[in-house]
Amino acid sequence: MVERAQVEKVFREVFQLPDDVDVPSLAYRQRPEWDSVGHMQLIAALETEFDVMLETDEVIDMSSFDKAVEILERHLVHA
Amino acid sequence: MPDAAVEGRGRFAGQVAVVTGASRGIGLATARRLAAGGANVVLASMASEDGLKAEAAALESRHGVRCLAVAVDVAEPDQVKALFRAVFQTFRRLDILVNNAGILGDALIGMIDDATIERTLRVNLHGGLHVLQQGARLMQRGSGGAIVTVSSIIGTRGNAGQLVYAASKAGLIGATLSAAKELGPKGIRVNAVAPGVIETDMIAHLDDATRAERLQGIAMGRLGTADEVARVIAFLVSDEAAYVSGQVLGVDGAMVI
Repeated sequence: MVERAQVEKVFREVFQLPDDVDVPSLAYRQRPEWDSVGHMQLIAALETEFDVMLETDEVIDMSSFDKAVEILERHLVHA
Repeated sequence: MPDAAVEGRGRFAGQVAVVTGASRGIGLATARRLAAGGANVVLASMASEDGLKAEAAALESRHGVRCLAVAVDVAEPDQVKALFRAVFQTFRRLDILVNNAGILGDALIGMIDDATIERTLRVNLHGGLHVLQQGARLMQRGSGGAIVTVSSIIGTRGNAGQLVYAASKAGLIGATLSAAKELGPKGIRVNAVAPGVIETDMIAHLDDATRAERLQGIAMGRLGTADEVARVIAFLVSDEAAYVSGQVLGVDGAMVI
């Protein structure tokens, strides 16, 4: 089970988001920080935090916070 | 010439390196030089896994590093992913990537069959791109790193009879320059080497006349050795080249084509 709070912490750190941003509702490109460059930084940070290695298709599919949680869950279940 | 086991000992201590096409020639010489410098080396190749494992064991024993042998056809994306998954599972990091795997596919224009075009591009160009992408992703998780792609003087100057090979090696140069720009902000340097005629299995098929003709175009009057290319690669991935990125360095004895 992936802790959503742990995923949220990574999002906040990578994008340096202020406290009033509702991270679980975020989607790709919804904020200027989450552009293609930021996306790869996010991927690297999530992989490090959860000690996983994501597939290229998953990197492309990770279009929202919820999707990130779903993808990470898949990895941790199969770990 | 200084022994790879002596020169530069410790310059790569604790680092993890992946070398593709590591079973022979430039790849093998590079793997040996990096291990001699203290790097833990992943030897990747299409060649027999037994031979690779024996080489990995020999490097471990000689240099006190950890080595891994992985059989991979770089033209197959799933195999490349599996290679880097193995690197991740074993070492959890990647500092040095030597993108070297390649094949020759010589033929004159008008006599190049589809299979030669397909296979040469899939191994040399597509393979190089798969390796670069997967390796860079793992490298980005650390504090930086260095990538060297092995292109060729044929990719920078072209050569009669090497249309497809030249296209594949030129493509790698474009990829190297682009990757250097994209990965520079992440502390990852990306360079290429462009060897001339190097005494490896890849030129073993040349007849004496062709060999003599090639020699005539080399100002230094001799073929290069795999280790001479490996030494340049080792320089480019070392801290001595800390401000060198997006370059294509010829290793060709002042060859003219």
